[in-house]
Amino acid sequence: MADEAVRVRGLRKRYAAGVEALCGLNLSVQTAQVYGVVGPDGAGKTTLMKVLAGVLSFQAEEAQVLGRPVPDGLAQVRHHIGYLPQRFSLYGDLTVAENLDFYAALYPPDPEGGRTRQDLLEMIGLEAFRDRMAADLSGGMKQKLALLCNLVHRPRLLLMDEPTVGVDPVSRREFWTLVFELQRGGLTVLASTPYMDEAEQFDRVALLSEGTLVREGTPAEIRASVPGVVLELVCEQPFQAARCLEGSPGIQDVQLFGDRLHLFAAQDAPDLRQALEQRLGQAGLQVHRLRVVPFSIEDVFLRLTT
Amino acid sequence: MSDLVVDVRDLTRRFGSFVAVDRVSFQIPRGAIFGFLGPNGAGKSTTIRMLLGILPVSEGEGHVLGFDIRTSSEEIRARVGYMSQRFSLYEDLTVLENLHFFGGVFGLSGARLDQKVRELVEMTRLDGFEQQLAQGLPGGIRQRLALATSLLHDPEIVFLDEPTGAVDPALRRYFWERIAELSAAGRTVMVTSHYMDEVERCHDICFIHHGRLMAQGSPGDLKSRHLPGQMWQVRTSARAEVAAHLARVPGVAGAFPSGETVRYLLEPGFDPAAPAAALRTSGLTCSAPEPAEPTLEDVFVALSRKRGTP
Repeated sequence: MADEAVRVRGLRKRYAAGVEALCGLNLSVQTAQVYGVVGPDGAGKTTLMKVLAGVLSFQAEEAQVLGRPVPDGLAQVRHHIGYLPQRFSLYGDLTVAENLDFYAALYPPDPEGGRTRQDLLEMIGLEAFRDRMAADLSGGMKQKLALLCNLVHRPRLLLMDEPTVGVDPVSRREFWTLVFELQRGGLTVLASTPYMDEAEQFDRVALLSEGTLVREGTPAEIRASVPGVVLELVCEQPFQAARCLEGSPGIQDVQLFGDRLHLFAAQDAPDLRQALEQRLGQAGLQVHRLRVVPFSIEDVFLRLTT
Repeated sequence: MSDLVVDVRDLTRRFGSFVAVDRVSFQIPRGAIFGFLGPNGAGKSTTIRMLLGILPVSEGEGHVLGFDIRTSSEEIRARVGYMSQRFSLYEDLTVLENLHFFGGVFGLSGARLDQKVRELVEMTRLDGFEQQLAQGLPGGIRQRLALATSLLHDPEIVFLDEPTGAVDPALRRYFWERIAELSAAGRTVMVTSHYMDEVERCHDICFIHHGRLMAQGSPGDLKSRHLPGQMWQVRTSARAEVAAHLARVPGVAGAFPSGETVRYLLEPGFDPAAPAAALRTSGLTCSAPEPAEPTLEDVFVALSRKRGTP
């Protein structure tokens, strides 16, 4: 199919130690989609990225990227692909601007319009650091520079393995704003992330666990894919409250969310809430608010993988 | 002075003409979970390295556990734990061998070392991985091993520099439970993170930007004192477009998609109905604006946009 930027069927990867990292994965990413892969450590996210980038052997019934078979056909479309692994190599003894020039020389940009290197530097807040050696950048800034190095040749498909790890909240927003803007110009993105708030903004999300697809769909579909309700509890001392509520009748799980707790239950009921408030009251923990909130992708992640 | 574990005054670090840390002062009381936040390159890791005595101080002074950071780095390092962003493990040693090796470096031996290693293996849930080589360990396991390594000598204070960087949502919670336990046991924790949800659990937070201290307080303080306006949200299916449009409305700052909504800050004195009206005029549909609870991410964004002199 011409409008599929990535297509894999029955993708398997077994490492030498006998560990099966991917157990027959089916996945399709449509052109100009921003597609997210989430899952716990060891789910196979990095393996998937490496396979699609052509740097790892695998077995599959079918594996295509930009309409070409992986890995044999990759050479023909290599210049249309950007690949940002978890540890992207920058030249420490070159400046920020020189690193960009170097990658632009390796993969010459499409001369047609688009953003200049200067625009990209400004957009992502690296302009003030253009003459600094890459080795002297903070961890997060190195990551931003690595992203830019993968954008200078204006790829059609961008594979990114946890691109925003170590990147501060403002830069993270700027980064995704830039990616979504490039998406409107036709860029396809396949990215893994430990940030569930990022996954909420993707077109589609795959939740992997132990090499298997556990859920796949739009964020709304993912959020609606588990039964039960989430009760949000705002109270004093959330750590103590979590311990106090573990094992409460009617409560399947208790998870910290920022300064509050999420309680998973089969259903909401007035007497359930009353019992919870009572239990907390007896422990001397005051309840500020207890109410049903919609499932988030992070709730689903925690329900399905812990 | 007894209950201040960290006390720094006008701490400054220059690299040539670049001022990485600029007259920063703060104190951390014993047992606190102290969040150290700021944009990339703000000077967080540089400050931590000075506190450890690894990096010389250009100006100002500081004490950690009563020891002068300029003259007593040996004493400090023997008493503090440090988990850096890029920690080093011996790749050709097993998990257990790494723990024993680092324990030896900290002067532990014999039964005491064995007992401490057992305790930490249990605390960081490394059981089952003891005999695996560090090389090839999944990221989350390495992260747990690094945490265990930083706690071997029962440090009175631990500096955790982005301990949860690439860690999945379940394991991040697990880390924060351990941090809360350390604090409950009277240990002090200084932690940096870019996950604004988890730093809600800090007792006290310092925010630095361009090497300067911009704000300090509890999460509640920061939300009530350092947010120049009120947070609002609208529900819409066209989040990216609505956010882009809202960013151009006078009085609106930091418009950004969040879940199924777009959140934004409305500065004081502006009509809350104006942003939605502006959206309707341009043909974008959304729900009526409703006030939203402020988060630390909102505060982070607002403080990062403050243009002090860089």
